[in-house]
Amino acid sequence: MIVSPSPHIHNNDSVRRDMLNVLIALIPAYLVTLFYFGSGAIYLTALSVCTCLLCEHLIQKFLFKKPSQLGNLSAIVTGALLALNLPSNLDWWIVVIGAIVAIGIGKMTFGGLGNNPFNPALVGRVFLLVSFPAQMTTWPKAKPMHFVFDYMDVETGATFLSQIKEGATVNPDYSDLLFGSIGGSMGEISALALLIGFVYLLCTKTITWHIPISIFVTVFVFTGLVFLIAPEKHVDPLVHILTGGLMLGAIFMATDYVTSPMTHKGQLIYGMGIGVITSVIRLWGAYPEGVSFAILIMNAATPLINHYVKPTRFGEAVKKEGK
Amino acid sequence: MKTFKIGGVHPDDSKLSANKEIETLALPEKAVIPLSQHIGAPATPIVEKGAHVVVGQLIAQATGFMSANIHSPYSGTVEKIDVAKDAWGLPCPSIFINVEGDEWDESIDRSAKIDRECRLTSEEIIKKIADAGIVGLGGACFPTHVKLGIRPPAKADVLIVNGVECEPYLTCDHRLMMEHGEELLIGISLIMKAINVDRAIIGIECNKKDAIEHLEKLAVRYFGVEVMPLQMHYPQGGEKQLIDATIGRQVPSGALPIAVGAVVQNVATCYAVYEAVKKNKPLIERVVTVTGDKMSNPCNLRVRFGTPLQMLIDKAGGLPGEYKIIAGGPMMGRAFSNIDSPTSKRTSGVLVLPKEKALRGPEENCIRCAKCVSACPMGLEPYLISTMSEMKMWDGVEAAHVMDCIECGCCLYTCPANRPLLDYIRMGKQTVGGIIRSRAQKK
Repeated sequence: MIVSPSPHIHNNDSVRRDMLNVLIALIPAYLVTLFYFGSGAIYLTALSVCTCLLCEHLIQKFLFKKPSQLGNLSAIVTGALLALNLPSNLDWWIVVIGAIVAIGIGKMTFGGLGNNPFNPALVGRVFLLVSFPAQMTTWPKAKPMHFVFDYMDVETGATFLSQIKEGATVNPDYSDLLFGSIGGSMGEISALALLIGFVYLLCTKTITWHIPISIFVTVFVFTGLVFLIAPEKHVDPLVHILTGGLMLGAIFMATDYVTSPMTHKGQLIYGMGIGVITSVIRLWGAYPEGVSFAILIMNAATPLINHYVKPTRFGEAVKKEGK
Repeated sequence: MKTFKIGGVHPDDSKLSANKEIETLALPEKAVIPLSQHIGAPATPIVEKGAHVVVGQLIAQATGFMSANIHSPYSGTVEKIDVAKDAWGLPCPSIFINVEGDEWDESIDRSAKIDRECRLTSEEIIKKIADAGIVGLGGACFPTHVKLGIRPPAKADVLIVNGVECEPYLTCDHRLMMEHGEELLIGISLIMKAINVDRAIIGIECNKKDAIEHLEKLAVRYFGVEVMPLQMHYPQGGEKQLIDATIGRQVPSGALPIAVGAVVQNVATCYAVYEAVKKNKPLIERVVTVTGDKMSNPCNLRVRFGTPLQMLIDKAGGLPGEYKIIAGGPMMGRAFSNIDSPTSKRTSGVLVLPKEKALRGPEENCIRCAKCVSACPMGLEPYLISTMSEMKMWDGVEAAHVMDCIECGCCLYTCPANRPLLDYIRMGKQTVGGIIRSRAQKK
């Protein structure tokens, strides 16, 4: 006879299934990337994912001396997200360094999945951004139906956000932003594809709406206020939401289970923090883009948020009324 | 449709035996009656070895205030009074009876005639309930007369009847509502009179549409009784959750439902109250759902206490290979460690899970997905309490309100990493409970 404490049934959710859902949600973004950047994108992603897998496997086996955890797919998610945060014409060795930093330093140093305070893919990305600023900020221009293998050999150009940083106040075509025919990192070009992924994640209950929506609302309100004060100097708030890594960051990176707060209230505070920091960096900082930094800074604040923001307990509201 | 506000999960309801009428199980040859079938002190036996007993005869008397009488469900000879292993393998003093025939105590009215008249006072009703040894049949087995004996200044203004049956698989309350609706409603009126309230709400989850319609039709003839359909939402059958769902009041931490003026009774208890008060029949049997995905005949059985578990399982189709047998539902029930153990007032269901469903998945690192926090119906942080309990940080466990935990199992049910959250929380709750008691004693 089998004996165990209750409950005796489970909803059959698993870490592996949640990670698989994230990967499935990334498919639309990947299709757009393939369409505009061609085979270079596949090459880069494969390189990033394989390095992540190998790095995690070796550390698990030789340093931790524990059975492999590749089956939970988290290393693949990190690799795929890292690749989506890079320009598609990046040198191969830079990608490898990024992946090793992401898994080796960002994740395994702290004891593997579940223990890392910072989002591993972003640790890798920010490491590359400050180490190789030139390579990381020359993005290839998007070319539709681009199926020849011409990795590295592409026309490059600035993104909208860097043009804005240099003083331009061009108002872009929103359809370009939605469908992705703009320059930028692999995964950030099409807002629509990322939104489809968001809907999928919500439908499968992999994530809740709290973090992404609070980021969007905060950025919209913050940049909107600035736009209202000085419309001649700034672009309208919708551009801020649709450009750069905001969608990718808000939907896929900020919602990382491990590094985001545990309560819905905490998640709203965390999202607002990311929104404010992103807007401040974009409007007045040295970098054209600030989502990665904003998420990492708020990752650091997550334990603090968890400590102070507790869920509403059953019966708590009644007690307060009584007093 | 109403439901409670915080957390909860939605397991597949798997009500395999919902349309099976209640059958009466044959009597065993030998029966073991545990003396501890309720919360509180075990009853004291008042019969001796070799004594002849009849059905309904008092064989063990309540010991003190928090205890309940136990009556013989059989006629026959007392073989011995000894320690027997209970359902969980723990020693429990029990009365062993050799069953001979089926001779009932003469004062018990065994006719099916429905009697609506009641001239008893509140105290007399509660006295009859106490004499009959009735306990809460929802699973906790809290002595009913203690719950109904409300001491001023506390005052009840509503009786909530629990027909929710939110546990998957179980259908015994459902069948009782369908087949004994009239008796149930009389039982409810009796309890309303006993606690002096003029309003009763029967909460039923919407997966039992037939029971809702049936009782709504009958309830028009009873003053102040209202049937309230509720959303399917586990653990709605928990007292605090049910009060929140039906009348929107939240019982404060550490308080009893009476603090918000509510008394909650299970439908099976209300039926037992009817039988005790109107028919003079003590609590000697109950309806038990015997079910499981692989069972050939999932059924609802009227079983006298003390019947060996094996007889129930044989009736439902026998055991399939390797299995886990659970007393109660799959979310809160306890696994039997002993197939020869007797059924008791606690046994609301017998669920047989095959091996592949019975085993937990491999445990992984906590990925801090916060699903346990969203699922907790008490608004606690299961991941935190369980980690602190694992590290024996009892102060932290207490500060995280572990004593509020109702052990519903939602956290473990949702955990994608299969962490033994509730196991550690239970350990924390027990230890902290002990610490709190010893602190109170020192003062």
